Parts: sequence; C-alpha cells; structure tokens
Amino acid sequence: MNCKIKSMLKKNVSHYPKQEENEGITSLTMEGITKRFPGLLALNNVNIEIGKGEILALVGENGAGKTTLMNVLMGLYQADEGRITVNGKEIKFKGPEDAFKIGIGMVHQQYMLVPNLTVAENIALGMKNAHKLYKVDMQAVRKKIDEVSEKYGLVVNPDAYIYQISVGEQQRVELVKTLCLGAKFLILDEPTSALTPQETDELIKLLLTMKDKLSIIFISHKLAEVKALSNKVVILRHGEVVFKGNTADYSASEIASKMTGHEVELPQNTEEDMHGEVALDVKNISVLSDRGAMALNGLNLCIHSGEIVGLAGVSGNGQRELAEAINGLRRVESGTIELFGQEIQNTSVHSVIERGMGYIPEERNIEGIVPPFSIKENYILKDSDNEVYSKKGLFINAKQVQKNAEKLVKEFDVRTSSIELSAGSLSGGNIQKVILAREMTRNPKFLISVYPTRGLDLGAIEFIHKKLLEKRRNGVGILLISEELDEIMSLSDKIAVIYKGRIQKILRREEATRAKLGMLMAGVNDEQ
Amino acid sequence: MMSNKRFMFLYRLGVTLLAVLAVFVMSSMVLLMINADLSKTYYTMIIKPFTNSIHITEVIVRAIPLCIIALGVCVAYRSGIINIGAEGQMAMGVICFTGVALSLPSLPKVVLLPLCFIAAILGGAIWGFIPGILKAKLKVSELLSTVMLNYIAAQAYSLCLRTIYMDPTDKATPQSTRLASGAHLSRLSGRLHTGVIIAIVLAVIVYFLMWKTSTGYKLRASGASERAAKYGGINVAKYVCLAAIISGAFAGLAGGVEIAGVHRRAIEGITNNYGFAGVVVALFGGLHPLGIVPASYFFGLLIYGSTLISGETGVPANIVGVMEGIIIIVIVVSQMILNNKYYQDKVKRWIDKKLNKHTPKEVKP
Repeated sequence: MNCKIKSMLKKNVSHYPKQEENEGITSLTMEGITKRFPGLLALNNVNIEIGKGEILALVGENGAGKTTLMNVLMGLYQADEGRITVNGKEIKFKGPEDAFKIGIGMVHQQYMLVPNLTVAENIALGMKNAHKLYKVDMQAVRKKIDEVSEKYGLVVNPDAYIYQISVGEQQRVELVKTLCLGAKFLILDEPTSALTPQETDELIKLLLTMKDKLSIIFISHKLAEVKALSNKVVILRHGEVVFKGNTADYSASEIASKMTGHEVELPQNTEEDMHGEVALDVKNISVLSDRGAMALNGLNLCIHSGEIVGLAGVSGNGQRELAEAINGLRRVESGTIELFGQEIQNTSVHSVIERGMGYIPEERNIEGIVPPFSIKENYILKDSDNEVYSKKGLFINAKQVQKNAEKLVKEFDVRTSSIELSAGSLSGGNIQKVILAREMTRNPKFLISVYPTRGLDLGAIEFIHKKLLEKRRNGVGILLISEELDEIMSLSDKIAVIYKGRIQKILRREEATRAKLGMLMAGVNDEQ
Repeated sequence: MMSNKRFMFLYRLGVTLLAVLAVFVMSSMVLLMINADLSKTYYTMIIKPFTNSIHITEVIVRAIPLCIIALGVCVAYRSGIINIGAEGQMAMGVICFTGVALSLPSLPKVVLLPLCFIAAILGGAIWGFIPGILKAKLKVSELLSTVMLNYIAAQAYSLCLRTIYMDPTDKATPQSTRLASGAHLSRLSGRLHTGVIIAIVLAVIVYFLMWKTSTGYKLRASGASERAAKYGGINVAKYVCLAAIISGAFAGLAGGVEIAGVHRRAIEGITNNYGFAGVVVALFGGLHPLGIVPASYFFGLLIYGSTLISGETGVPANIVGVMEGIIIIVIVVSQMILNNKYYQDKVKRWIDKKLNKHTPKEVKP
C-alpha cells in the first residue's frame, strides 16, 4: 500500500515540470487601466506593454500608483476600466491564483516568509501540487528548488531557517519561491529597499543574467538601479503615465526630474567645520538586544554641536540599540552617555527629551506617531504638558494645537486633505514629514535621525536632506544613522562605521570612499 | 451615477433594514422552536417598555449601573487595559459601601452618604489597581488577573452577607438589614433614583477628561500605541495604572449607587452581571460617552424586556438571553459593514452598473 502511494507520488513529481514548460509570456499589455478607490482616482488610463526578455522599470514617487497597478496585474484588485492581454489574448484575473497559473509572480516589498520554518518549507507552502493527502512531498520540493537554482543561478540553502539568514538571502528565497511556483514573468516591488549596497549590486547582477529567460517589471525609485537594470522605463505620477522610453536614452537626473516634475539636486554638505562644543559623548557603553545578546559592546562615539556624524553599517549591527539607549528607551548595562556634560544613561525618556534631544525613530509608522491619533494631535506628542498647549497642564488648548498643526503642515508640505485625519492613514513620506516637523520645530539641541529617508521618494529625500543641513547650520549636532552610503557621504562631516556593536573607524568626509566604507562595514579593518 | 450623499443615506438605511430583518428572522426561528406566541413576545419586548412611566423608569434604573461601569471600562480600554473585572470591582464597592453604612448608621445624611460613596470608590479602585500595577510592572495579562479577582470579590461578598453583614433578626436569608436612611439616594419617580444624575455627570466628566485634558491625551496615547507613547516620553506604566484605578473606581461607585438607590440593603446577586454587560455597553457605545449613554439605555431595555417576557408570555428568560445575543451580534456586524469603505464602494459600483444598463454611459471628464 505504502509502495503504491510512493509510486503515485513519483508519477506526480514527474508531471509538474511538464505543466511548467507551456509557452512563456512573450508579450503583456495593460491598456487603459483605471482604478478608483473611495474618494481617490488611483490609476487613470494607464497603458504599459512589455515583451519577452525585457526589464521594465516602473518609477514614481510614493503614492503615484505603482503598487496599485501591479496589484491590478496580479488580480489582487479589479480594475474599474481597461484590459490586460497576455500573448495577444485578453485575460481576466479574479485573484492572484489566476495570475500564478499564467505564470505571473510577484515578490512583495515586505517578504512573506515564515521565520521559524526552513527555506524549503517556506517554498513548499505555496506549491499546491506538493501537498499530498497526509504530508508534504518535501523531496519534490527540493528537486524543484535545485532545478530553479541551477536554471537561474540562484543559490539557496534549503535547510536553513529563515531567521538565520540575512535579508539579502531572504530576498533570494522569495525569488526562488516565486520561480518554483512557475513564474515566467516577475514583478518585483522595491526589491532593494531592505538590502545593503553590496547585496543590491549582487541582486542587479543576478537579475541581469535572468533576463534572457523571463520578463521583469520592477518598481523602484532608486534611479541608479533603474539605470543599471532596466531597458525600458515608465514613470507614473498621480496615477497617470507621464513618461515612457528606453532607459539608455536618458540620464538618471533626467528621469528624476520627470518623476518629480521639477529638477532635483540632492544637497551636499560642503560647510566649514563649526568647531562646536562636545554635544553627545558616548563612552564605552554596553547594551543588550531584545534577545539578550550583546548588541553594543564598549562603543565610543563623540559628536560636536554643528556637525553631522553619519553612522554607516549593515543594519543589525547595533544601530537601533544605540539610538534607543541614547534616548532612554533601552537600558545601558555599563558605560556612560553624556549630553552637554550631563549623564543621561538610564534616566527616563522624558528627561532626555527635556534636555533638548530630538529623535527621528526607525519605525516611523508605529513609534514615531500614534497611528490612530489625528495629525494635529501627533504634533504635540512630546508637548502635551507644555504650557503653550495645555493651561496649567490640565485642559488642552485646542486653538493652539490647531494653529500649530496648520502651520507645520504648510511648512513641511504634508500632503493631506485635513489635519483631523489619522496620522496612520498617511503615506510613509508624509508620516516622516509629520515626525520631522515635530522634532525639528521643538528646537532640539541635538538630533538623532535613524534611516530618515528609507523607502521615500526623491522629492521627500531632497526635502529631508535640506532640513538636516539647515539644522546643522543652526549649530545642532546630528547623529545620522543610515544604510544609504550616498546619503551618509553627501551629508556627513564625519563618518563612523559600526560593526558588531563597536565603532570600527571614524573617517573624515574627505577620506571616505564607497570602497573603504564597504570594507569597514563588512568588518575588514586595514589597520588590524 | 448617483450623488455620494444620497448613496450613503440609502446604504445606511438599507443595511439597517436588513439588520432588523435578520434579527426578526433569526429570533422568530428560536421562538417557533419552543412554540412561543410571536406577536405577544415581540410586543412585550419592543412596545411594552414604553407604555407607562413605571416601565420607562425601570429601564433607566437598569441603565444607571451599566452606564457608570461602561464609562469606566471605556477609560481603561482607551488606555490599553481591557477591564473585564468590573463585576468584582462593583462587588467590592458594595462591600465597602455597606460596611460604612452599617457601622455608622447614626451619622447625618450629608456626612454618611459621601463617606459611603468614598468607601465604595476606594474599594473598586483598589480592585482595579491590583491588575493595573501587575500589568504595568510585571506585564501580567489583565484578562487573567481581572477575571480571577472577580471570583475573589464575589466570594468575599458572599461571605460578608453570611457573617458580619447578616441581618441579626433574620438568620435564614443571606442579606443585610435595611441601611440607615442616611445612606439612601433619594428617588425621583418610582424606583428611579438620583443616580441617574451621577451617571450623566460622569459621562460629561469622562468626555472632558479623555478628550480635553493633557492627562486624557496621555492616557489615550498609552492605549493607542504603547511604543509611540514611550517614545514621546510618556510614562506608560503610570498611566496604565491610573486608567485601571479610574475604571475600578467607576465600577465601585456603580455598586454604591445600586445599593443606595435601588436595594438599600446588601442582597445576593446585587451585581446582576452588570460588570460584564458594562463591557459590551462600552464597546457598543463606540468607547465614547456620547455613545455609551444611549447604549446603556438600550441594554437596560433588553434586560428589563427579558424579565417582562418571562413573566407575561411564559417564554423562558434564557431564550430571551439568546435573542439578546442575536441582536448584539447583528448590530456589531452591521456596524462593521456600515463603516467599511470597500463594501460601500462595491455596493455603489454594483448599483451604478445596474443603473448604467438603462442610461447611456457618462462621458468621463
């Protein structure tokens, strides 16, 4: 009996490569796609077409409709108008399963992997034909993984647990997973947003070798990648296609200005040294991570007023713990943190704020704002007891709150129809502007800014960079924690590289190169 | 295409009518199963409570403790604590109120009544503080601690009724003697007592506390996002504790109001599940005083209706409980549907599509 089942299984196994070999997608078009959400025209008459072996970059600012368009293609949303044709035939997707069947696969921005399952088990989750009556046919899954790995040059370790592998490897697992499901047409939603520069380079190389075998649409607003990878580019703005063309014919800055609608030039820090006093002095601190491991291990860092120190490093090397420890959100096991000569380690968050600390946190959506609170309420998160806003700390002065919010929304260009809207309903870029407005107008004496532009579009990045430099000019010391080397190199006076909870080295702006920083971030220190 | 305003009106109307219909169909099925008289049951449940002043005041009498407790639950819920211990906190309020009233019967009313209420508030507040501090300092789930404290309070109350509070002249029933008149809340009409004013005033206070003061701001911030509140320098542990204390104090006060206004002696079953119903009332009222006041009236109606029906139509009170359950679930579901933008959009497009079949398609701008 057992034997019988086994032989049946084997038969099944040999079946499904066949399923796969049906004709690929030689052309795909979306015509006149219009999608409305309540009170919002998300897509307006969008046309795109893509042929075999092409890589199409879908570019646009946050909220331009890129992800919505791809969700329509995946059958996650139904378009109100327009049609999709594959190989010349019109098709209708009722849900993502239909899109899978035709061979369209999407890798989402947030990876959809179960951390405490292995790579193979994660891939098995979506493979319906490996799910037998009473067990999952793991051998078939492995065979499929091997096949895909070989065909596309994607190497994964099927036995590793997801939580053990790096973000870059997780990205590869997502790709393998999608390809194992039979995808011949890939949609990648901001594939590099969580990757380190090295991992990004690797991914681009990989995708370029894969392009002979399949077509790719990739969503991005990092123009360097668009230039390196794509042969066609489509720019969306406010739900409409504003530009289409061959990538090779246009420079990155031309694409940038078409995307934002105006010339973009990211500001550079070319200021003179201000010779400010010591603002923040972190001496030999040790801090534990959430899991109880040593996250910071005897870290030293000194920052003066009126300078920007960029903290470069691969995420997970203690950046988050450092920011939290300075802000009183995490216990310091040993060592001291001095802010303008006063020790602040292990005091309360409140007292650190009172001493003039401003903090733009990493998790803007859940930490930097109270999501269900309105925009105007979020502006007074740190000041509800301030005399300006509450009379004798009791009744809140609604007029003042209103006035403040109206001013800040205008000054920081928060795009919203009303300051009564909940802050959580805003887009990432606008949430960041709300936080920025609050932190900067509180007149901090020192500012910690963690991944301030992660996932934001060029227009927003330009704005935030300008504001940071403006603060520096006003004599505020700034700790800028970022993974974007370009950001760090163009804004910082000094660049500190963090590796495994210690500062590897501090470089002056003039002596820092991408190559040097990359080596230091990987833990290689030439002086050792 | 139809205008948005008109569509929303029709949508609300349609969903509401469907909800009412669903309630009638489902509860009729239950009633038919036990061979009940449908029209008489519905009449008793829906129309009768409005027919004379006694019925109306009786409904309000039941709404008063519900309202006070729900207000407290609302404060806690908004601050991140799910207080399902109001039943026990109310019992503690009754114990403390009775203790003071029994031991100082000769004091004048102006002194005794406030003293009794302070005792009731303190009793409830302590019973709320325990789960509050446990959650704030040790991250003990309040679901666990409040439920367990309910048992302790219920048994403590039961013990008091059989020992120190027991009426010395009547050793057969576990209840106290009638409290001195100095510990009574005066009555307005029938059994309707001045507790109704207390409830309304508290509703106003809660509104101002939670939405107009900086303390309320911090309470709500702690509840809405603990992480963001901590980031903003708010001492979340302190405010969680404060919310638990306020919530307990409200339930304790409700106990005091109930004994001083209605029973005027400690009897068994005085808490009458108000503590649990209060949680439903709070959620039902949208965790806002403006919704809680009418919601408590509605639940008072349900509770009173069930006593009327079982008395007059022979339908067992438990079946009325089933109907109440149906009503609550249908209302909650229909509220979700009413507020879901995607359902609204779907229905609107469906209607537009149907209409467009008959009228020529509009030209897009």
